[in-house]
Amino acid sequence: MILYLAKRLGQTFLLLLGVSILLFVLTQAIPGDFFSEAQLNPNISADVLHSLRSQYGLDRPLPVRYGRWLAALIKGDMGYSFSYNQPVTRLLLPRLANTLVLAVPALLVCWAIALVAGVLFAGYGGRWTSRAFSFGTSMMLATPDVLLGLAALLFAARTHLFPTGGMTSVGVKAGLLPAAKDLLSHLVLPSAVFILSAVAPILRHVYAEMKQVLQSPHIRAAEGHGIPRLRLLFRYALPAAANPLISLFGLSFGLMFSVVLVVEIVLSWPGLGPTMLEAILARDMFVTLGGVLLSALLLVTGNLLADILLYVADPRIRVQE
Amino acid sequence: MKRYSRSMVSAFVLLAFHGVVLLAGFFAPYGYATQYRALPHAPPSLIHFVDCSGRAHFRPFVFGLKEQEGTFSQYERDCETRYAVRFFPRGDGYTLFGFLNTDVHLFGVDEPGRIFLLGTDGFGRDQFSRTLYGGQVSLFAGLIAAGLCVGVGMVAGTLAGLYGGVVDASLMRLAELCIAVPALYLLLAVRSLLPLQVGPAAAFVLVVLVIGSVTWGRPARLVRGVVLSARERNFVLAARGFGATPAYLFRRHLLPETASVSLSQFAVLVPQFIMFEIMLSFLGLGVGEPFPSWGNLLAQAQQYHNLVSYWWLLLPGLAPVPVLMAYYSLSNLLQQGPGAKNEEII
Repeated sequence: MILYLAKRLGQTFLLLLGVSILLFVLTQAIPGDFFSEAQLNPNISADVLHSLRSQYGLDRPLPVRYGRWLAALIKGDMGYSFSYNQPVTRLLLPRLANTLVLAVPALLVCWAIALVAGVLFAGYGGRWTSRAFSFGTSMMLATPDVLLGLAALLFAARTHLFPTGGMTSVGVKAGLLPAAKDLLSHLVLPSAVFILSAVAPILRHVYAEMKQVLQSPHIRAAEGHGIPRLRLLFRYALPAAANPLISLFGLSFGLMFSVVLVVEIVLSWPGLGPTMLEAILARDMFVTLGGVLLSALLLVTGNLLADILLYVADPRIRVQE
Repeated sequence: MKRYSRSMVSAFVLLAFHGVVLLAGFFAPYGYATQYRALPHAPPSLIHFVDCSGRAHFRPFVFGLKEQEGTFSQYERDCETRYAVRFFPRGDGYTLFGFLNTDVHLFGVDEPGRIFLLGTDGFGRDQFSRTLYGGQVSLFAGLIAAGLCVGVGMVAGTLAGLYGGVVDASLMRLAELCIAVPALYLLLAVRSLLPLQVGPAAAFVLVVLVIGSVTWGRPARLVRGVVLSARERNFVLAARGFGATPAYLFRRHLLPETASVSLSQFAVLVPQFIMFEIMLSFLGLGVGEPFPSWGNLLAQAQQYHNLVSYWWLLLPGLAPVPVLMAYYSLSNLLQQGPGAKNEEII
């Protein structure tokens, strides 16, 4: 177990290192630096520019600059946001927390829905239900997330049932219970949009894996023994389909980030998405970089989690060592 | 047989949509930038057969619009004026295929009436026409980006599989890096390094290049797997033994082997990339005004007041649905086909 874990951790670490190199090289690939524009200014002499560059280390070779950036990164310093006037770490971490508050429960609900509905559809579906299933899920896949979000916003504006944006409202009574109720009411719409956009691909995978497993000989044999259908599906067939689904669980963190980005921007949830967008529009480089790095970190963590789950779930991996 | 007929339906839907969008100038009653400043936020025109006094007409018509007393951009129909729907009227000039100048449209109404099937936006531009023109950007950006992505993936995957060693290791590590970052975030990161204010044509190229360049990892991995197994097949070994060059091997033996995987990847990626384009343009990072795309058409509905008062601004968002459904159904059928495995949509 420890060896397996250490190996996976090492791989994850190398991957993150690679991502950081890739992103750093990307940012350095564009010609010019922060002081390039000052070159056009006749009042700033070449000597001043030269000393400024050496002061900020911009005249050093690429690997040295990367090393210094990485060293700062490991200490939790992701740079400085010019438009917010504060360190990127302090800016992004609370927003990341907001994103996770919205996305993680919604993703888990997606998985719960997909596991139950996918197994049932695969196990009980006849010709017409399976057709309706594939039509319904492909319709959900084909509807732009943006449209779903806007429709939810319209719904909220027309019915006044839910708040139309944000995470908290002003003037809520102090105390834990009113605050929780307020947060929940703000969560309903974004979560609903998230689930509608994210559940379809997961559902389709569960369905496809189950269909495959249900054709395998051991399930046929179990059918022949007269094991009750529900028990057969959830006790015998689902564990047999678990392996690819666990890997998918790790990958679904990537899906989560893509979906939540849109949901946050359309429904103005104060998470990572709107901040990233603002940073891109304001050319606030370090904020963008930080956001991408954080998302990569979480996706890789998700995959690591899936690997550990696989280790627990699949005896074959344990035996391999 | 049934599979065949279903794929024919999807293929027909796709062909029809792409055709209509390519010929947008003809199918759209107005130009994409033609503004009717007197009619901002006009609701969708209904086509009538019966007029206000209850008399039926053989030729369909639309009513004129008049502004309600004391309001701004709130219209009611004007029973006095009827404008008959005509086929092949002359209207705004446009150019087909880059050289054919004409001004004949499929349909329109008698002057000075206007027909707005999906209503108008804040500048009084016909949303239906803009949706058709917008498809030119969205559909073809998806198509070309997917072609680019699968193309790069095929080359990288084949090189990795064929040569092995350092080439394989470095290419596949790079592919893993691209997969390790959520695609949309990597897309935004790359986009953020490029100029923001660019013309529509440059923006189109930019969007296509950015999408294609950050997503090639997965197809490359799949193609590599196929090449690795194909490399050991007897006919490839035989060809090698006869002194076939890598280029020949690639063209004659490996490319056909990878065709099935590449094709199903392509069909999965096109709808995904259409979504990416919609998203980028919606966020203002893709193709911008005045040229429409399915993403930036929705951007105006983001303003709260617009969304609540003029619900028809959401209608262009429905345009991708049939196209993407056709793509998904086609890719499903391809994946059930011989040699293709169920591959990730995520």
